[in-house]
Amino acid sequence: MANVMTANEMRRYTIRVAIYVVLGLCTIIFLTPVYLVIVTALKDPATINLASTWSLPESLYFESFNEVMVEFGPRIQNSVALVIAATAWSSIAGSLNGYVFSKWRIPGEKILFPLMLFGMFIPYQAILIPLFEFMRNVNLYGGIPGLILIHTVYGLPITTLIFRNFYVDIPDEMLEAASIDGADFWGLYRHVVFPLSIPGFVVVVIWQFTQIWNEFLFAVTMTNTDSQPITVGLAQLAGGEAVKWNLPMAGAIVAALPPLIIYIVLGRYFIRGLLAGSIKG
Amino acid sequence: MRSRKDRVIAFLMVLPSLVAIYIFVYGFIGQAIQTSTSDWGSNPAQPPLAVNVVKSYVGLQNYENIMTDMLEFSFRNSLANTFFFTIFFVVGCLVVGLVLALLLDQNVVGEGIFRTIFLFPMALSFVVTGTIWRWMLQPNGGINILPQQLFGLDPIDFGWVNSRDVLFPFEWGQVPTYLTYFGIAIIAIMVVNFAMKGRWRASQYGVIAIVIMGLVLMAGLWDKIWLPLDEAATEAIIAPKGFNAALIGIIIAAVWQMSGYTMAMFIAGIRGIPEELREAARVDGCSEIGIYWRIVLPQLNPIILSAMIILGHISLKIFDLVFAMAGPDNAQTVVPGLLVYIEGFRENSFARASAIAVIMLFFVSVIIVPYLWSQLREEV
Amino acid sequence: MKSRLSLLLVLGLLATLVGGVISAQDTSGELEIFSWWAGDEGPALEALLELYATENPDVEVINATVTGGSGVNARAVLKTRMLGGDPPDSFQVHAGEELTGTWVVADRMEDLTFLYEEQGWFEAFPQDLIDLLTYEGGIYSVPVNIHRSNVMWSNPAKLEEWGFEAPATWDDFLALCPTIQEAGVVPLVVGEAWTQNHLFESVALGVLGADGWNGIWSGETDPAGPEMVAVFETFGKVLECSNISDDASGLSWQQAIDKVIAGEAAFNIMGDWAAGYMTTTLGLEPGVGYGYNAAPGTDGIFMWLSDSFGLPADAPNRDNTIAWLTTLGSLEGQNTFNPLKGSIPARVDAVSAAPDLYNAYLQSASADWAENTLVGSLVHGAAANERFMGDFNQVMEIFLASGSAEATANAMSVVCIQSGACGGM
Repeated sequence: MANVMTANEMRRYTIRVAIYVVLGLCTIIFLTPVYLVIVTALKDPATINLASTWSLPESLYFESFNEVMVEFGPRIQNSVALVIAATAWSSIAGSLNGYVFSKWRIPGEKILFPLMLFGMFIPYQAILIPLFEFMRNVNLYGGIPGLILIHTVYGLPITTLIFRNFYVDIPDEMLEAASIDGADFWGLYRHVVFPLSIPGFVVVVIWQFTQIWNEFLFAVTMTNTDSQPITVGLAQLAGGEAVKWNLPMAGAIVAALPPLIIYIVLGRYFIRGLLAGSIKG
Repeated sequence: MRSRKDRVIAFLMVLPSLVAIYIFVYGFIGQAIQTSTSDWGSNPAQPPLAVNVVKSYVGLQNYENIMTDMLEFSFRNSLANTFFFTIFFVVGCLVVGLVLALLLDQNVVGEGIFRTIFLFPMALSFVVTGTIWRWMLQPNGGINILPQQLFGLDPIDFGWVNSRDVLFPFEWGQVPTYLTYFGIAIIAIMVVNFAMKGRWRASQYGVIAIVIMGLVLMAGLWDKIWLPLDEAATEAIIAPKGFNAALIGIIIAAVWQMSGYTMAMFIAGIRGIPEELREAARVDGCSEIGIYWRIVLPQLNPIILSAMIILGHISLKIFDLVFAMAGPDNAQTVVPGLLVYIEGFRENSFARASAIAVIMLFFVSVIIVPYLWSQLREEV
Repeated sequence: MKSRLSLLLVLGLLATLVGGVISAQDTSGELEIFSWWAGDEGPALEALLELYATENPDVEVINATVTGGSGVNARAVLKTRMLGGDPPDSFQVHAGEELTGTWVVADRMEDLTFLYEEQGWFEAFPQDLIDLLTYEGGIYSVPVNIHRSNVMWSNPAKLEEWGFEAPATWDDFLALCPTIQEAGVVPLVVGEAWTQNHLFESVALGVLGADGWNGIWSGETDPAGPEMVAVFETFGKVLECSNISDDASGLSWQQAIDKVIAGEAAFNIMGDWAAGYMTTTLGLEPGVGYGYNAAPGTDGIFMWLSDSFGLPADAPNRDNTIAWLTTLGSLEGQNTFNPLKGSIPARVDAVSAAPDLYNAYLQSASADWAENTLVGSLVHGAAANERFMGDFNQVMEIFLASGSAEATANAMSVVCIQSGACGGM
């Protein structure tokens, strides 16, 4: 009869089911923290105790978000200013650097490029104290401009890398043709390279945005109270006495929202930025 | 054509970046090394926070101090913690990432959605992750009471980040011995490898190296090279070394966050394998599992190596996650990244903090520099 | 093309400017007060700031607090600011070695003798206190309050129900311990790391007595000697009667007190900011809703700590800060702050000026302050400098990990030498 499956088909079917079951379990495991965060953020703090961790809120309590926004308020401004400026600067510089490193012969580039890349990997604790003294000496310590400078410079290696790998794929013939037509350094950039850079910019901007928005070490050691970005605000919410967990959870949601939105909407480019870190194009 | 003027312009365009990197990376590293050889913060006569502190050169004393002084057991524990954390974190991410990638390679419905779900933790900051998991791993709530709430079983009795259990205990003095065994094992593998490929010359060097290491070990010369603790017996009691169970919670949180990364890399790698290769193998009668084992996995070796390097270097400098999950005062989960913050910014021992930081840098360089070198050599 | 590039550049520049403007500090007419008084301790500071604001209406008051028990995080932030050349106008600091050993020796504080003479504070504060605030002839901070460290808290209704009384010495406590445990109650509840240090100093005081305790800082008591070993041995036994291996690390000090009130634990050793918490936040009446005794073995000894404010040498708004310090040291200021904070004023004339503001506990504490032997707290910055306090955490960790009193006492001796905190050592 047509409904009976062969042994082979039976086996394939079981395997398919097993695959979906495993994927389902993994999904549950991955999303359990999300469930907890949302549920806790919506609870009345008086009802939060260890025994009731997993239960749904008795009634939806949105006050936590208000409190969080009050605490975060100025910090969000700081984070936004920081991220926009640092991303802009490091992207532009990265694009120019990538253009030069991929299409122009610089004396010593075989050494200079790796030396620049190494900066991407150093533990930032290693340079924390000298950085601190430097910022103090140039009077940039404690404010957002200083933080912008820091993030721009330390973003240069990865942005240069991404753009360089991206531009390497631009055929040299295109540049040859344009330079025969009389284009110089800037002309080549303006007419050939830059118009093709948009995907590269998207990847770089997304990656830098996420990294800088989420960064904590510099945020906590290089700023004053009024220049603190949002990551520090979150750590403060959770670091106090007798933590009322609805606040840190609501804070976590608020702090994670911008990168998450970007990730969901532009995920493809996000992944490309990820993979660029392993020096694969 | 490319005029000389243009080449000068090109150089000038990258110059600011190069200068910035020179200052912010290499200049600062140099300064950190310099600070680590001073006594800033360790000299009771010179208040570390004064406007003009007099710092004197003390050579390698800070390094010796953190490796041998009885009160610096936090640093040695942090080394042990990093070691175990790195191993379990990297292996965990690789395994989970590989499993997920293989599962998603099976043409499942909604593959995009699954991928998005598994990858989203990467968009979070470590502070957010740490905060969430700290709440989940509260000893009297969260995960521990889940079996009870769902199935009516007993609640889990594990302190997670507050636990004081030590698995795989070992003594600090035994570390050189373990290192020697490890070195011998590596060399033996290399020797066997070369032997099988008929390159005898390299294996001769290998044999010599093994013999030397064995002799060093047996002659007890390690004790002279490896700085012995001031009070080895006391340390075994007051600060037992081993795999602190408190790290388990942090490892789980970190794997949750980063396995999406390895998964993405593996997916990209698997996609890069031409379908013809797999078809040909299928035609030759190879089973699906055989295809994975013989064709897909070997192709993924470079990716595995890449991922190990990247994850390894992240794990060596981990700070935010531990700070958010366990706080700065948890002796069981202390890592060097955290110690630099504590010693530098709370105890004002800037020289000691710099020494720890330089050691961190050293370990990171050991894995990154060969990797960068090999990657860039390939491109030529 | 080119316009896009220039657009990006302009955007970047704009953003930098915006960022700069947002963070630009308008330092005219401001007063930035840096403290760790958040949460339950916040209202007292706010009341004081309001008082200041009414007296100085043109000044914008910035209340910069950094959360974290006993200021562990605040101190780190303060350091980066001071080292970075951006000090707050005034900052909360524990009077005594914490201020002297960190900031005064570093020449970062202004001498306030002129203000003391102007305001007549040499008569208003007790001499013992002034002695400890003085360093090489100069005075560097204004104490706002006095807290007592060696207090034992209990729930009188529960004690009566169980039939216990507060033990008079640590030996008594240890003898009482099994009985309490049989009743299914935790004899002594402790919380996270620093509260365990806090317990230690009460135990040490109870075993050594006032002279023995002071002897540590003057060099007369040998930190590795038999007395200290006895202290650690007692401490170990006391910890066995506590929840140390249970859920201690996850509890804040408030949560530990909650357990006493709820009847899950019998006793808790904590400073008398706990009284502020229980009175103001929990709404309990002193002596009725909660009970207090001197920690076992320390009756007649007042282990004090004091929150104080100083004048950083490069404070941005010096005049506003001097006005702030004046408010702090004034009768009205101290009587505004202390009732809410749950502490007693440092001024000896304050409580008698307005006794109704102070509840039963505070009145009794004030009386003790006048009559008892005064010793400085270690954990809260009066007796030893920051280096010692930081390394002391290691000492405690050694003890908790090993349980060995000898090893710990040895370690303490080493710490004494390295930090130079123990007088003649």
